Amino acid sequence: MNKISRRETLKILASAPLAAGFSWTGAEVQEAQEKVLEARRTGAEDGKVTPRFFTDHEYKTVQALVDLIIPADERSGSATDVGVHEFIDFMMVDQPSRQTTMRGGLAWIDVQCQKRFGKTFVDCSGEKQKAMLDEIAWPRTAKPEMTHGVAFFNSFRDLTATGFWTSKMGIEDLQYMGNRFVPQWAGCPKEALDQLGVKYHE
Amino acid sequence: MQVIRSSKVYDVCIVGSGAGGGMAAKVLTEAGAEVVMLEAGPWWDTATDSVMFRWPYDSPRRGAATPQRQIGEFRASLGGWTLEGEPYTVADGTEFDWFRSRMLGGRTNHWGRISLRFGPNDFKRRSIDGLGDDWPIGYEDLKPYYDKVDRLVGIFGSEEGLHNEPDGIFLPPPKPRCYELMVKKACDKLRITCIPSRKSILTRPHNGRAPCHYCAQCGRGCSTHSNFSSPSVLLPPAVKTGKLTIINHAMAREVTTNADGLATGVSYVNTRDRREHQVRARIVVLAASACESARLLLNSKSSRFSNGLANSSGVVGKYLTDSTGTSVRGFFPRMMNMVPHNEDGVGGMHLYMPWWLDNKKLDFPRGYHIEFGGGRRMPSYGFMGGIHRYNGMGKPRGGGGYGQQLKEDYRRFYGAFIGFAGRGEMIAREDNYLEIDPNVVDKFGIPVLRFHITWSDYEYEQVKHMQETFREIVHTLGGTPLTPMPTKEEGYGISKPGQIIHELGVTRMGNDPKTSVLNKYCQAHDVKNLFVVDGGPFVSQADKNPTWTILALAMWSSEYMAEERRKGNL
Repeated sequence: MNKISRRETLKILASAPLAAGFSWTGAEVQEAQEKVLEARRTGAEDGKVTPRFFTDHEYKTVQALVDLIIPADERSGSATDVGVHEFIDFMMVDQPSRQTTMRGGLAWIDVQCQKRFGKTFVDCSGEKQKAMLDEIAWPRTAKPEMTHGVAFFNSFRDLTATGFWTSKMGIEDLQYMGNRFVPQWAGCPKEALDQLGVKYHE
Repeated sequence: MQVIRSSKVYDVCIVGSGAGGGMAAKVLTEAGAEVVMLEAGPWWDTATDSVMFRWPYDSPRRGAATPQRQIGEFRASLGGWTLEGEPYTVADGTEFDWFRSRMLGGRTNHWGRISLRFGPNDFKRRSIDGLGDDWPIGYEDLKPYYDKVDRLVGIFGSEEGLHNEPDGIFLPPPKPRCYELMVKKACDKLRITCIPSRKSILTRPHNGRAPCHYCAQCGRGCSTHSNFSSPSVLLPPAVKTGKLTIINHAMAREVTTNADGLATGVSYVNTRDRREHQVRARIVVLAASACESARLLLNSKSSRFSNGLANSSGVVGKYLTDSTGTSVRGFFPRMMNMVPHNEDGVGGMHLYMPWWLDNKKLDFPRGYHIEFGGGRRMPSYGFMGGIHRYNGMGKPRGGGGYGQQLKEDYRRFYGAFIGFAGRGEMIAREDNYLEIDPNVVDKFGIPVLRFHITWSDYEYEQVKHMQETFREIVHTLGGTPLTPMPTKEEGYGISKPGQIIHELGVTRMGNDPKTSVLNKYCQAHDVKNLFVVDGGPFVSQADKNPTWTILALAMWSSEYMAEERRKGNL
């Protein structure tokens, strides 16, 4: 988001209720939120990013993996649809301590696929890729010789989840409804109370 | 090296701008004193510097930590567990993690706003169980100051009439979230007291500040100043008097003294250009955080004060405590596929559990309170990490997986967790101490601290009780703890000393100058124009978060200073 417009927006947000005598009216809340969204829209759009850490081959492997972990369905798109591969590439540069395990883990998977199928992971068919993941995706029942792949995949799965579920699409998929002005905190709606079998005592 | 000396002699020099320093600045400037405040970090204004309402996808790192912001890039916290070029050391066989903020307002910017008064028992623990020491003051001394802090800052809560959890002057508490009601139901069954939390977040307009808008992001800093931080509440009125000079990037090196043994000011290094400065003042107030203030005293050596300043007792650095802590996360099937709704509320819990048991019937001497939280929070960096540990319950293959089934699992499990954390009282011991490391200096050439801290069986037994209690609550709710009960060898899951960031007691107060550093007004026994108003003066920890007592003590001490100045005694 553009820094200056954001600061100005926050200034408006901070002063609006003071002018109105300390109570958020519905209209003010809406106006404030629209200003925030507008400020965000005018910020620079991220274009397509070339990887800063991954090699081309690694980047293709990462894209294949994240979409196997989080595919598209009726409710939302896939991991690459929201740029999870770009997020992971960024994190490798931002947190260099992650680089060795990431690079080594991808290489480990390629070596395994070479042994089994005579091809690297990305060159394998979808079915064979899944056969590979089936060996490492369930820690409790994985074979003992798969521990390195299991450890890598646990951490890769977590990173993919952050990338997808903290995206706009992911947050909407989860129906997270907060991060907004609430003029009056009314507690939980009746349906939510009913689900947990609790109620407010007046 | 040329030292730049201020020609002006201020009435007061305050080191640190957090809860204690901010309060001292407010009280003293309003009483007419010319005050200079030294802050080691940069300026920080929550109105413009916080990132309230930012979405994780507004940043390429989605809120992950950075070396500059070690508890997350969106948090209002500059600094953390390690500071580049500013090491500290830990003695063999002991542990200590030291969290240091470097910013205007210090840790008041990111803290949890849990604002608990110490109770009558908390000042007189030795009289009750024979351990540690009593404070030289009691609840009745501080009560008027707690009242004034409540009125000034604003706090929500409920009147409960519990003896050792004194009620304050409360704004109405926010309604509980639905999962909080569910937890309360289990607590009622288990006879665990569960009441509205007490937090310095405004549920009504207060002293010119807007009320909370319930985005749950207090830790990012509030752009509408609707919660307590020193820069939101204490520094503006001090600045308004025209009598406060704030110097940023000023890392204090020593308290300077004269031939009469009085403090004359503070020497500091500008952290940006490395130039040395000295400010002069008639009164010096240390509020740099308990351990930093003790470090300053120990580093202020002279022929007269060979042991460090205000340390004829040898007590500076001793009796260091931190709260005990441990936690358990539970998974609750009833919360799966929850009806979507906005569960943000205020930053943190709307309910909590104060200490509810009698230690005479237990095998450890002091209590703890329980904090808890969970539900449908904003997805953030680390979202549902480690899902393979829990999404396999009842499945032959176990947890983990990938693909459509995994995607569904994220949706089903999202919001179905509650974490419980205990914060308990550690017994203050003389042999838990800090000192100056004889061999190590920081990048400014200031000798650094070496810590010697261990837990005793009292703390281990208390934390064991926490673990058992949290598991009982989880099971009563039909949930499953995500981790097994930690063993004795694992310390029952106790936090490392320092990790709860409640360091207290290294310049403790007392009536006897042989066994304490400060008198009951936080004034050094040895140096009458030197005061400490952070967590240092505490004699015991209590099972309460310390900030509200730091504020009340700093106000009590600062009003005493103002009165002594008026009388011409300082």
